[in-house]
Amino acid sequence: MSLLQHSVALLIAFPLAFAFLTAITEKLSAKVKNIVVPVGMLSVVCTAFLTSVDVFANGTKVYTMGAELPSITMPAKLAIPIRIVFIVDAFSAFMLLLSSIVATAAFLYSASFIREAQAKYYSLLFLMLAGMFGLACTADLFNLFVFLEVLSISSAALIAFFVDFKASEASYKYLIVSSLASLMVLLAVGILYAQYDMLNIAALAKVLRFSFVDIIALALLVSALAMKAGSVPMHFWVPDAYSRAPAAITATLVVASQSCLYALFRVSFSLFGAFPLIHIIAYAIILLGILSMFIGVTMALPQKDIKRLMAYHAISQTGYMLLGVGIGLLVGNTANIYALKAMEGGIFHIINHALYKGLLFLTAGAIIYSTGKRNLDELSGLARRMPATTIFFITGAAAIAGLPPTNGFASKLLIYESSYIFNPLFSIIAMIVSILTLVSFVKVFCSAFLGPELKALSNVKEVPKPMLFAMGMLSFFIIIFGLFPDIVLNTIVEPAAMALLNQKAYIGALG
Amino acid sequence: MLENKKALLFALLILQNANFLVAICLVLFGLYALLFKKNLIKMAIGIAIIASGINLFLISAGYRKGGVAPIFTEATIKASEAETRMVLPTPQALTLTNIVISLAVTALMLSLAIRIYQQTGTLDATKLGRLDEL
Repeated sequence: MSLLQHSVALLIAFPLAFAFLTAITEKLSAKVKNIVVPVGMLSVVCTAFLTSVDVFANGTKVYTMGAELPSITMPAKLAIPIRIVFIVDAFSAFMLLLSSIVATAAFLYSASFIREAQAKYYSLLFLMLAGMFGLACTADLFNLFVFLEVLSISSAALIAFFVDFKASEASYKYLIVSSLASLMVLLAVGILYAQYDMLNIAALAKVLRFSFVDIIALALLVSALAMKAGSVPMHFWVPDAYSRAPAAITATLVVASQSCLYALFRVSFSLFGAFPLIHIIAYAIILLGILSMFIGVTMALPQKDIKRLMAYHAISQTGYMLLGVGIGLLVGNTANIYALKAMEGGIFHIINHALYKGLLFLTAGAIIYSTGKRNLDELSGLARRMPATTIFFITGAAAIAGLPPTNGFASKLLIYESSYIFNPLFSIIAMIVSILTLVSFVKVFCSAFLGPELKALSNVKEVPKPMLFAMGMLSFFIIIFGLFPDIVLNTIVEPAAMALLNQKAYIGALG
Repeated sequence: MLENKKALLFALLILQNANFLVAICLVLFGLYALLFKKNLIKMAIGIAIIASGINLFLISAGYRKGGVAPIFTEATIKASEAETRMVLPTPQALTLTNIVISLAVTALMLSLAIRIYQQTGTLDATKLGRLDEL
């Protein structure tokens, strides 16, 4: 399987190539575009899926651009790896799997959701995928910055896809926050390069001396990446960007924020894992998590706009991941079973959140698509008109509130249990937030789907099949992950948590 | 006499690190523009200034006195000079990439600003949207 050997390079090459191919097809006939986009989607998603399956089966993959082995990057006299290295460990494979599932749903959904300027839309969506896959795989700090920028420029363009000034404004806000964050990341990269002459995360982790300047770099990296992941003190761009983007893009944006969360975890575990004062960072991450959970959900309660409400919940759910993984960082070794459980809970919540939040945003998009309204006060009695969407909404709402037969229950229970050991207050706050989430979604369900039919909504129809299929796919995964959490935990989540905790393995991967 | 020497050393320190100080100043000016300016175009300028500050930082960090590009023919020509060192051009590559990226970001920001201006007739961030939303 020589092609599988190079799958890591193809992971970046395919989305980039198809992004530009799709852009060209705008000038050609619509027929060409209708072939290029599905073929591109299929090849991109298949590559990501095969790579992640390969990594889960055979262990960490190390791919060196332009050389057979990573050891070639270090010639005898030179102590610095001079080539770009990609290290795909279990956590990266986890991110690949999750982004390819959500991307498939987003592509399917867009097939009938987007009617105008399709070539531009799909080309930008491919660019977004290139950014996410690149972030998940790269082991080079500068590459991390480049992929962050690829991701943020393409997302900003997609947020402003619907031409109204609110979308433009949301996109402008997103662009300011994300380019400031990426520039701070670049400053940190520059600081590290100036001291150690290298950019490779694994090679840097080996020689890091934790001088004062290194700590500045760490602080810059953590704050910038937390800002891009949408955690609380810097969350203001999230509701605007999520609520104004096209629904399928919002679902992908959730994954994009989680890619930044991935980068945050990668930096704090794999790069600075041996830092003696790492518990300060861990406490900072836990604090950010708790604040995000609480402020996100309380801001969501008074919302009237359906997508804006869900966007505030996205902030609140990010808090759970930060809490779980923060506890793992605090304890930092696998000897403590609860630390591992907390990590597993946090990481499991990443994939669960991407699935149910994606689903909820898609149902919100379906409501807006059919009725043209987004204010909860103007919606009523949709359950009669849109039965399938209603069922998908109930699935997503149950999952985000952490009700038993869904995946949200499994990951939230892990977080409650393990955070209780460290501080009962953490798990009490987490549970209260969960109850408030349920309250808020019951409100949405009652006002949009139940109640009397409104005259203005009498000719509302169910959405087209591709959109239903996309939502059905995500619901299927939500139920499966909820019914068999053990299998998911053992096959993908635990390896991912171990990959983060075991810094030596990441350093050793370079050889 | 001693105080004079101290002052001289201090001045020397400032001069030696002038690049870095200017870079930090540029980043701070950019942040100031982002935080306190209400005009969308000025905010875009702020981002561009921060990017230039970071470019200056990268270039200054990568400068080595008497360094040459890592091309072997050039190194042999200058081999007679004692100070010749081959220097990896990575910081320059980083800077070039960042220039390109910040150009793209600035272009996108300005085009969004144009669109906002066309639709609302104002560039003042305090007058735009969000007043009806929480």
